[in-house]
Amino acid sequence: MNNFPWLTTIAVIPLLGSLVVILVPKAQTALAKSVALFFSLVTLGGVIAMALQFDPNSTDKFQFAESYSWIPAFGINFALGIDGIALVLIALAATLVPVVIMGGWTEAAEGQGSVKGYFALILSLEALMIGVFAATDVFLFYVLFEAMLIPVYFMIGRYGGPQRSYAAVKFLIYSLLGGLFMLASLVGLYVASLQITGTGTFDFTVLAGLDIDPDLQKLLFMGFFFAFAIKAPLWPFHTWLPDSAAQAQPGTSVLLIGVLDKVGTFGMIRYCLEIFPAASVFYAPFVIALAVIGIFYGAFIALKQTDMRRLFAYSSMSHFGFIVLGIFVFTTAGQTGSVIYMVAHGLSTAGLFIAAGYMMSRRNGSAQISSFGGMNKVAPVLAGFFLIAALSSLALPGMVSFIGEFLVLLGAFQKYMWVGALATIGIVITAAYVLRLYQKTMTGPLNPDLTTTKDLNGREITALVPIAALTIILGVFPAPLLNVVNPAVERVMISVGVEDPGIELGLAPLGETTTQGGAE
Amino acid sequence: MTVMPAEGVLSLIWLLIALPLAGAAILLFTGRQSNKWGPYLGVLTVVISAVLGILMLIEMMSLPADERTISQVAYQWVFVGQFTVDLAFQLDQLSMVFVLLITIVGSLIHIYSLGYMSHDPDKRKFFGYLNLFVAAMLLLVLANNYLLLYVGWEGVGLASYLLIGFWQQKKSAADAAKKAFIINRVGDVGLSLAIMLMFVTFGSVTFSDVFGQATNASEGTLTAIGLLLLLAAAGKSAQFPLQAWLLDAMEGPTPVSALIHAATMVTAGVYLIARSNVIYDNAVIAATAVIVVALITIFMGAIIGSAKDDIKKALAGSTMSQIGYMMLAVGLGPIGYVFAIFHLLTHGVFKAGLFLGAGSVMHGMNDDVNMRRYGALRGVMAITFVTFMAGYLAIIGIPPFSGFWSKDEIVHAAFERNVFIGSATVLAAGITGFYMTRMIAMTFFGKKRWEPDVHPHESPKIMTIPLIILALGSTFLGMALLFWGDIKSWLEPVVGYESQPTPLPTSAYIVITLVVVIIGAIIGWITYARREVPLTAPTGNWLTRAARKDLYGDAVNHALVVAPTNYAARSLVWFDTRIIDGFVNGSAAAVGGMSGRLRRTQSGFIRSYALAMVGGAVLVIVALVLVRI
Repeated sequence: MNNFPWLTTIAVIPLLGSLVVILVPKAQTALAKSVALFFSLVTLGGVIAMALQFDPNSTDKFQFAESYSWIPAFGINFALGIDGIALVLIALAATLVPVVIMGGWTEAAEGQGSVKGYFALILSLEALMIGVFAATDVFLFYVLFEAMLIPVYFMIGRYGGPQRSYAAVKFLIYSLLGGLFMLASLVGLYVASLQITGTGTFDFTVLAGLDIDPDLQKLLFMGFFFAFAIKAPLWPFHTWLPDSAAQAQPGTSVLLIGVLDKVGTFGMIRYCLEIFPAASVFYAPFVIALAVIGIFYGAFIALKQTDMRRLFAYSSMSHFGFIVLGIFVFTTAGQTGSVIYMVAHGLSTAGLFIAAGYMMSRRNGSAQISSFGGMNKVAPVLAGFFLIAALSSLALPGMVSFIGEFLVLLGAFQKYMWVGALATIGIVITAAYVLRLYQKTMTGPLNPDLTTTKDLNGREITALVPIAALTIILGVFPAPLLNVVNPAVERVMISVGVEDPGIELGLAPLGETTTQGGAE
Repeated sequence: MTVMPAEGVLSLIWLLIALPLAGAAILLFTGRQSNKWGPYLGVLTVVISAVLGILMLIEMMSLPADERTISQVAYQWVFVGQFTVDLAFQLDQLSMVFVLLITIVGSLIHIYSLGYMSHDPDKRKFFGYLNLFVAAMLLLVLANNYLLLYVGWEGVGLASYLLIGFWQQKKSAADAAKKAFIINRVGDVGLSLAIMLMFVTFGSVTFSDVFGQATNASEGTLTAIGLLLLLAAAGKSAQFPLQAWLLDAMEGPTPVSALIHAATMVTAGVYLIARSNVIYDNAVIAATAVIVVALITIFMGAIIGSAKDDIKKALAGSTMSQIGYMMLAVGLGPIGYVFAIFHLLTHGVFKAGLFLGAGSVMHGMNDDVNMRRYGALRGVMAITFVTFMAGYLAIIGIPPFSGFWSKDEIVHAAFERNVFIGSATVLAAGITGFYMTRMIAMTFFGKKRWEPDVHPHESPKIMTIPLIILALGSTFLGMALLFWGDIKSWLEPVVGYESQPTPLPTSAYIVITLVVVIIGAIIGWITYARREVPLTAPTGNWLTRAARKDLYGDAVNHALVVAPTNYAARSLVWFDTRIIDGFVNGSAAAVGGMSGRLRRTQSGFIRSYALAMVGGAVLVIVALVLVRI
């Protein structure tokens, strides 16, 4: 099985699926959706099968590696391979796509485009997302990174709300601007590889091993970082996000914020840190400052939002602040925490947006918080799922988001005690905006317009069950995540050349209960 | 002290938690159809846990004193680099008494709720939340490390949130629930940071590792950990300055107030500090801070309790004050730890009895909570009256009732420290005598002041039997624990115990305290039983008016926290839309005429997008070719 092209296969399945969906007659929308759901489930099955083959103790940086020559003149290969970080993000994407298809079953009905078109776009986006996490050729990564914009642009621009054109163009221009900078750096990187090794290459492993002049690193780092900071989004490059989230269909937002934006933080770890270690260390204080500003800035603004989707966008901005903080403090706890946080945020975002979508569908599409109130009375199941997602968003201990958030804060605290302490205060504001939202929508006196509202149907519940279950199971038993992420993060730490700060008392933990971490 | 592996019945620690957790899961996932049988299942899980707890106690008593710390590791929970935390339990003498308090008082309150909540359309949910609470509280006291304790800590907070807001269609209930959670989150910041500081100092957050190495750490570090844990404890135990949520929490159904907001959850802060005794023993400043916080809260609570006409809020003020006593005792160090826990146990029983008694009164009074409309209820609710009186005599500390023994020990320990703290506890005992007498006078004595449509009656047996059991506890538990259970030597291996000489003989302090309590009680009696109680409260002096407003706790929070937060949030919204997004849209308009493009048709965008892609691709190829050349 070792030579089986797992990654190509699981990327091709959804692509194939999107073609099949397109071929379904336009009127047969239910069939088109079922086909889309089928292909997304097959993809998920493929990802699970692959994940079971993944060896956390492998000495290879990338597993399931494949490489096909693409543009030999420039040393460009179609090269794929994954480490533990890429694996969990691919698994996240593959989990969320069927959830989005089921949860967004009725979403595309009022869009400009055809219903089947929306679901074909979702599947093609899934193929690109898998590819972008799996790419081990930097040029391939760049191409896929840009190509992802296409389906999202259409998903917002054709199927979004009244202001969709503005939002879609804003998203596109922001992203293209970031991509442009990355492109410039990419070319510079190629030149650097040419100068150092004599043969230009885009092979990640080679580039990461290059000893690039620190001053050049600082320059090239900026191009990549800028693109990723827009995608993530980091303060102050975030203003496209609230507009996109407020105009896109909830399902689109799940994929956009839950997965696509993670390419930004994933890229920071994979490309910024490993290819430009010296520059990463040099810029770390600056990035950490932006991250901490983002944590509070997003949280404060979320407190005052009147539209649920904009609230989620600003809260995500705050959460991305935590993720970026964890990456740039250069501790294993921080970085592993960031990766867990990415997964947890993907799940909570999915829970919140999909539940909000259900709420909107019961209120003629309004996402205004004031359109709701006391909904728990008439739709307790909906309220229950919404609460679980909300609690996950505020990182309730016992949920996977707590593991991520606590590790990020611990990692920050280990390295910069006061930064960690300051960021920890953010958990209070998070609780404030999350519970304010829950109270204003679900509890309190029942909004008279909601008296006949129906609770969730079977299809709607089915979409949310996996989200809620994973949120809790991985919080109680995070070993499946930690087993694969830990070795990958340790490799990143070595490749950046940083170590965890020592323990003050310098003693190994006592007692028979503590064994050294790592895979069992 | 050696940590022993779990064997026999002691290997079922996990089951103590798993039972109510399973109950909660079943009740919350099955929906309306479980309304019929669900409440009984909820009772059953807790009762079985209680039986299990008693069996464990018997087993533990048969072990030698230094082999009573039982440890059980389930699996490695979080492991990253040097940070490894197990999902593991520790049952020792301290957690044992908590297990019994939680499960036995919990069982009684569950049973009582069968009657109290019998007409509620969502009663299965109520029992589900109660079960969730019991599971989380047991996890809190059975965790063998601080991170797992945190899960229980937040779990009880969640259950509290859900139960305060149980009648959430009332805005006041929903507000109160949110307020409790957010104030507790401030405490959580303290707990989070304390855990982090422990890890960077000791390399572990497991109790045995932390306490084993604590003496090697600098006093500054231990002080910081101690103060951070105090912040956490203040949040959970409603101690100054995080006390403001507890009075509002009385919006929850009365059994909730009894179980969570009197007997168990609010004492978690006391548990946390008693558990961390090694840290406080080596950090004088932190221990002193505990005493200061406790003293302030003892008086705040007592003063608030003296002014409230709402019977539940008066009891809530009293709870703050009594937990202040416990906090004071843990702040005193080894002379106080065992008595803090002793008082925690007796208080858990008699305060639960008082709250359930108040619930029984409300049940007969159409859920009216205003004591000014009570009066002369002793005749119509004889059982409630008698059981309430047992709680009353216990809380004000009349021998031989439970509270006498435990409070007396705290007063004595306070005098062991110094005469100022000792006198403060005596004075507060006097105020306790006053407000509790006021409460019984207004409720059970004097003249009828009932609303015309109210026909008070005794509660059904399902409610009065738990009241009777708790009343027996209020009467005898103090003696039982002190003389038969020998609570001092039971707890000593975990929290330590020492005694210091006092200037006067022990009996002198008992007499002084009793005299002051009786004076307070007589003032209360004269004011509220001998005189007419007006239906509308008189304006009162400045202190009464302040106390009715919870001593301006909300006003202070608003001025110091809420208003600045709102201001910051509004300013940032303005900044974000006007400055940052304004800049973005402005520059976009300037550079590409984006605002002009927005008026074009959709196809225009697609064209320009395609153009951009092609342009980009050409740029890549040109750049590469140039570089190659």
